Amino acid sequence: MRTVDLVVIGGGSAGMAAALQARKEGIHDILILEKEDSLGGILTQCIHNGFGLTEFKEELTGPEYLQRFVDQVITEKIPYECGAQVLDLSKDKVISYSKDGKFETLKAKAVVMATGCYERSAGAIQTPGDRCSGIITAGAAQKYCNIKGYMVGKRVVILGSGDIGLIMARRLNLEGAKVICVSEIMPYSAGLNRNIQQCLKDYDIPLYLSRSVSRTIGKDRLEKVILSAVDEKMNFIPGTEMEIECDTLVLSVGLIPYISLLNNVDCPTSSTKGAVVNNYMETMIDGIFSCGNCLHVHDVVDFVTDEGRTAGHGAALYLQKRIHKENDIKTIAGNGVSYIVPQFINKNADENITLKLRVRKPLKDQWVMIKSGDNLIQKIYKSAVIPSEMLLINLSKDKLAQITDNLTIQLEDK
Amino acid sequence: MKNLDSKYDVLVVGAGILGAFVSRELSKYDLKVGLIEAHNDVGNGCSGANSAIIHSGYDPAPGTLKAKFNALANPMWDEIADELDIDFTRKGSLTVALYDEQVPLLKELIERSNKNGIPTKLLTPEEVKELEPNISPKVKAALYAPTAGIIDPFNAVVNVIENAVDNGVELLLNNKVLSIKKENDYFIVGTNKNEFKTNIVINCAGVHSDQIAAMIEPIDWKTTPRRGEYFVLDHFLDGFVNHTIFPMPSEKGKGILITPTTSNNYLLGPSSELIDDYDDVSTDKPTLDKVKAQILDMVPSVPLNKVIRVFSGNRPTTTRHDFIIEYAKTDNHFINVAGIESPGFVCAPAIAEYVVKELVNKVCSLIENKNYNPRIRKHIRLNKMGHEEKVEYIKNNPDFGRIICNCERVSLGEIKDALSRNAAPTTVKGIKKRCRAGFGLCQGGFCQSKVVEILADYYNISPLDVLYDDEGSNILLKKIKEGK
Repeated sequence: MRTVDLVVIGGGSAGMAAALQARKEGIHDILILEKEDSLGGILTQCIHNGFGLTEFKEELTGPEYLQRFVDQVITEKIPYECGAQVLDLSKDKVISYSKDGKFETLKAKAVVMATGCYERSAGAIQTPGDRCSGIITAGAAQKYCNIKGYMVGKRVVILGSGDIGLIMARRLNLEGAKVICVSEIMPYSAGLNRNIQQCLKDYDIPLYLSRSVSRTIGKDRLEKVILSAVDEKMNFIPGTEMEIECDTLVLSVGLIPYISLLNNVDCPTSSTKGAVVNNYMETMIDGIFSCGNCLHVHDVVDFVTDEGRTAGHGAALYLQKRIHKENDIKTIAGNGVSYIVPQFINKNADENITLKLRVRKPLKDQWVMIKSGDNLIQKIYKSAVIPSEMLLINLSKDKLAQITDNLTIQLEDK
Repeated sequence: MKNLDSKYDVLVVGAGILGAFVSRELSKYDLKVGLIEAHNDVGNGCSGANSAIIHSGYDPAPGTLKAKFNALANPMWDEIADELDIDFTRKGSLTVALYDEQVPLLKELIERSNKNGIPTKLLTPEEVKELEPNISPKVKAALYAPTAGIIDPFNAVVNVIENAVDNGVELLLNNKVLSIKKENDYFIVGTNKNEFKTNIVINCAGVHSDQIAAMIEPIDWKTTPRRGEYFVLDHFLDGFVNHTIFPMPSEKGKGILITPTTSNNYLLGPSSELIDDYDDVSTDKPTLDKVKAQILDMVPSVPLNKVIRVFSGNRPTTTRHDFIIEYAKTDNHFINVAGIESPGFVCAPAIAEYVVKELVNKVCSLIENKNYNPRIRKHIRLNKMGHEEKVEYIKNNPDFGRIICNCERVSLGEIKDALSRNAAPTTVKGIKKRCRAGFGLCQGGFCQSKVVEILADYYNISPLDVLYDDEGSNILLKKIKEGK
């Protein structure tokens, strides 16, 4: 059985960043396994702009952004295989994968999981009504539109105001479809404010809040949907039905880390539905790291790249036997915070650590309080927080030194 | 196109599990057999939307046709599964009493199973908990039926029909029967596309069988479709439940069950609602909420966040409340096989034997088909191969290394194999049913566009013409930059 020092599963933004960082830190024997026919991941189909503002201080399209990393992977001569689907990953890091004409099992000394996320489907949200053609997730619609060159619909309703839904509202509209409305079950949008402005308001596409699809109707192809208002418990309110004739329902109802490969390794997961990790992005399974959207779903790719680097750094330290193994500080999502990544911090890490978190609901005038036990380590003022915008908190080495107890982050009204 | 020149000996109406076994049974003889189906694929009605169970047969009232055929058919499935390469496992079933007042009913069920000749055993709460650690702690007793099994219902229908077509049956898809007229000594069966002549008609039209039967004579029974809504859970843990677990039966049926499936998913359902529209297979929230509540009563820790799909199917219940397997009143060349609701799936092979050997045989001479082969070409199952064997196989058959569906690990080789068979899929749903591409966690979000391309390539059509399911179910509506 072939042995490889570092296998990176997934050649998207997170995977490429991890591989490049590990190489930079002296890891030579790396293999990136990518299931699609080219490196790049989901960005290959994201032809809109807005990528790279943090990373490159300029606004790039998805393909432009990813190409900069593909170029580096090639320059650095990091080995990669495309069309290679990992079928099995064991606790001792034995990996089986297959591609055209090849099935191989190899032993990795370290693994970085960078497998991205998947979209919640109509089945998963139990959309009531007929299961006809014309009900499609936004990412799938985007792939047909931007990669394959086909329109999935002419009269479109979008359910869910996640960023891809908003991007696809604009995209389908520009390609000549009538985008009738975007309907969001929550009382606020799940997308970034800039996308609400640039994808909906600029094109006069209405956004209905606290409304969802109470019925899909269509024999072979979708013919109409019924939108109903929902109460606080998400139950449909009778008498609020709006009937809309359309041939397509595009779903943007949530992205979920795609980690079925971890099923066989008993890897603890968190409320993000990704693996539990420490500040090196190492999961609770020795030598298996995780980063990017398979760890928690990001709103900006620049942060995915950064997290990939952290995982690549962690994997390099691990391979060089310089990693600290004690996960001694736990991070706790306190009042108003839905999750924090990483879930564990190593006190002796001796490096700056970035904590990423999301709030539960939109709020104004908040203190983000960072406490170690009862000691306030830091507090940061935010004039407004929304769930769709991830908060980044940098813990410097000095601050880290003050931490003695579990770290709680919570919101307090100013 | 009129096919009036070619006359069939037998035309079977409906390509569900009954039509499948009846036409396969007929293919054992030298007969010109047509299998006619309204939909664009086989097994698209109730046969593809049920609990995927091979029932043991303890439950039907003794003396009914349901009881008789269930007892006859259950033991037939080992051989059928082997010949036709169908996933089938005898997991056994448990019918659980959660409340004290149900325990006497359980004893009545034991008596009933004895009368039906089905082996069962009464289990103590401790025994139930040992077999099913996740069962509700309030369980009082259970009826264990070891011969119950789970089956892949999609490939059961497909493989039986593939075999029938291998043996000479003609499959006539997209032909909705609109009229049947007797002319001289044969029938003219008119569809939306063709007219077919046939000596014998066998009506296996499921929920629509009353409409077909009424085309030649007035009938005194009627289909009252009963919709059953289900949840499908993703693979999450082998052995979360190990048996098909039923609640106590009621007049509405065997109740809302939880069962493992042959694909290592779990199925929860079905509800039971009488509906008017024979083809309405929609789902609704209040009904699904009821299904959830009843399952939670039986198995409180069921992870409902693992739901990947909801679906429904319509049981062909009739006003007679038992199977109808008989000649039409006015014509013994017209055979009704109607009202085959649960446990119809398991009964299908025994019913088919009866129909052909007892009913067709009396009105038509049956000469053995010397070329009849009971087996289909074996499917390639990479997960059953050892490591070296797999390396070698994929090296020689590169398409089997190319994974199209990541969630269910379906290779291009498997899809091409399905396309190369008789009764081949022509639609995205057809591939999903046969190969499981699109069946998993992402529900085709990742692989559907690849499957569309494979179908377009194979049939040499535009992706715009690739269908999800029936005619009119196109997935893509126009090319970008094509104009209006």
